[in-house]
Amino acid sequence: MTAAIGFLERLGGRATSSIHRLGFASRFLLLTLQNSGMCFRRFSLVLREIYFAGVLSLIIILVSGLFVGMVLGLQGYDTLVRYGSSSALGVLVALSLVRELGPVVAGLLFASRAGSAITAEIGLMKATEQLAAMEMMAVDPIARVIAPRFWAGVISMPLLAAMFSAMGVFGGYLVGVQLIGVDAGSFWSQMQDSVDFEEDILNGVIKSVVFGVAVTWIAVFEGYDAPPTAEGVSGATTRTVVTSSLAILALDFMLTAFMFRGA
Amino acid sequence: MRQGDYDPAQLTETCSGVSLVECALCADCCRHSVLTKPATDNLVEVDNVNFAYDSRRILKGVNLAIRRGQVVAIMGLSGCGKTTLLRLIGGALRPTEGEVRVGGRAVARMSHDELFALRRKMGMLFQFGALFTDMSCYDNVAFQMREHTDLPEELIDDLVLMKLQAVGLRGAHRLMPSELSGGMARRVALARTTALDPMLIMYDEPFAGLDPVSMGVIGQLIRRLNDSLGATSIIVTHDVAEALQLVDYVYFMSDGMIVTQGTPEELRASDKPFVHQFVHGEMDGPMPFHYPAEDYGRDLYSGDAR
Amino acid sequence: MMKRKALDLWVGVFVAIGLGALLFLALKVGNLASFSAAETYLVKANFDNIGGLKKRAPVKSAGVVVGRVEDIVFDSEAYEATVTFSIERRYEFPKDTSAKILTSGLLGEQYIGLAAGGDTAKLKGGDKLKITQSAVVLENLISQFMFNKAADGNKDNK
Repeated sequence: MTAAIGFLERLGGRATSSIHRLGFASRFLLLTLQNSGMCFRRFSLVLREIYFAGVLSLIIILVSGLFVGMVLGLQGYDTLVRYGSSSALGVLVALSLVRELGPVVAGLLFASRAGSAITAEIGLMKATEQLAAMEMMAVDPIARVIAPRFWAGVISMPLLAAMFSAMGVFGGYLVGVQLIGVDAGSFWSQMQDSVDFEEDILNGVIKSVVFGVAVTWIAVFEGYDAPPTAEGVSGATTRTVVTSSLAILALDFMLTAFMFRGA
Repeated sequence: MRQGDYDPAQLTETCSGVSLVECALCADCCRHSVLTKPATDNLVEVDNVNFAYDSRRILKGVNLAIRRGQVVAIMGLSGCGKTTLLRLIGGALRPTEGEVRVGGRAVARMSHDELFALRRKMGMLFQFGALFTDMSCYDNVAFQMREHTDLPEELIDDLVLMKLQAVGLRGAHRLMPSELSGGMARRVALARTTALDPMLIMYDEPFAGLDPVSMGVIGQLIRRLNDSLGATSIIVTHDVAEALQLVDYVYFMSDGMIVTQGTPEELRASDKPFVHQFVHGEMDGPMPFHYPAEDYGRDLYSGDAR
Repeated sequence: MMKRKALDLWVGVFVAIGLGALLFLALKVGNLASFSAAETYLVKANFDNIGGLKKRAPVKSAGVVVGRVEDIVFDSEAYEATVTFSIERRYEFPKDTSAKILTSGLLGEQYIGLAAGGDTAKLKGGDKLKITQSAVVLENLISQFMFNKAADGNKDNK
């Protein structure tokens, strides 16, 4: 009996501390946004972070996009050919990528590569007192360190998602048209007929921006809040990847339900 | 203090004999209120300060006063609240009771801008240097100049090299912090701390983990920089030998309170048991060697420990 | 700070590729190119049953896309569906043009097919088409088929 009560107590404790943390994280986001003035005046800070978050993620995004597109081509053809609709392969590949796979998979990859790197970097800066030193030098670490990384993530995410989708379409084309022999003309023309700029592509971009905000916010917060020890930083990095991934999938569901409601 | 409250005559008087960087920063009024009209001779006053973290009391009624131009050591065992005291002076923490005054003004009651201005005149050397690992030594030292002043790059270049020369590391200006040894990193951090010629410099365990030569170097540099800048220095340390050689005055802390204070000679000659144990590094005394435990014999024979 | 130029270069390349990918998606994958900012005029038509016709469905004549369905509302006075669609300004249609709801392929999406009539007067913006044919509803087709089959059977029996 006492064990059960103890269990419930701990569960309740964890729930309340989670809510505490969420509140702190929200205030932190507000603080980051308020202190973003320096980012726009000294854009070189953001540029530097775009390099570390975006450019260094290029390879994994492009290669993954290519492979996902190729697999979509293969699997899609396999199913469509049974209904004699193999000419709709372009539609299948393009819509799957632009609406869902592009933003979501690129988001997951970004979270694990760039998000964890950001968390580790900020956590280590906190552990080695670099943030405290900056504060003592009358430079607000949130404006100088956190905000540029935040905006770099928000800017990089949609670009990476677009690149992922584009590479995926190309991969689907490679497999479908070049390898299997689906008609190139119908591949592209049906795709162009069915993929709408406003409904599909723009919605996909909106999704990737939302994911970018979520992932970068989580990454930056976890780094800032990490206990200044080795285990603390490593735990924070893991939490970033796990929480970001769950957040992306949950937000994806909500956004899809909102955007593609029975079209 | 607002602009126009100070006397231009006093302005030139204090500006002469002061470094180039200070004169270039002359626009700041708050600085002149401190330099030209000292309310007291004490730069830092800690007045009955209590500080508690959640329910743990860390500082219990600390009183101290540090005069301008002095090099003061605050010594004591780990966990007695020395670093917390430094943080309170720097404005990173607020006392639960009492007041910390720098230049006659209470730190905890300062507005954001006033605290900002105060911190530009303070320098703090963190325990292992805390250099920014993503930039070179040059950029580390230039950091404050670039952030807080509009000096042109050529001038900053000269100033950075001068600061590095003062600590003997001008040749290493291109290296990254990861390529430096502990002592070198500490010296670069010292150059960075004094980049804007602060009037109050705080050192958190500057001698920790250094070899004897580096320790001597850092000690000499602390004294030299303090005297040439006309600044005031506070050193938090538990390195007795170096500190007693170096400083003008010592405060001894234990368990959140000042237990004794005096000049190095007074402390060396002191017969108070606590001070004696600390200064001479005795194994047992007021600070017991043994962690509180049960009777030894009983422990051995009962076999309960397993 | 030494690597500034290389860094800027790479970030520039990154952003360029990203925008290029977006452009590729918009033009080659989506329908932005074909959906030029052409001037259009709006025309209405009433249907008994629009079937599966949706907004933004194409309006074709002779198989070529000449416009888009803009709006579908229920007319509560005539108890019919009023479809408003746009036709590109460069295509003129006679006033007695008829509109049919057709399906592309067997199971494809539905669109409006326009068949030009013979009137010399042309359609203007805001006009209403007089002749329309509703969508084929599968259930009606099946029941009609069954009815026909039953009627044939009766005729044979007589």
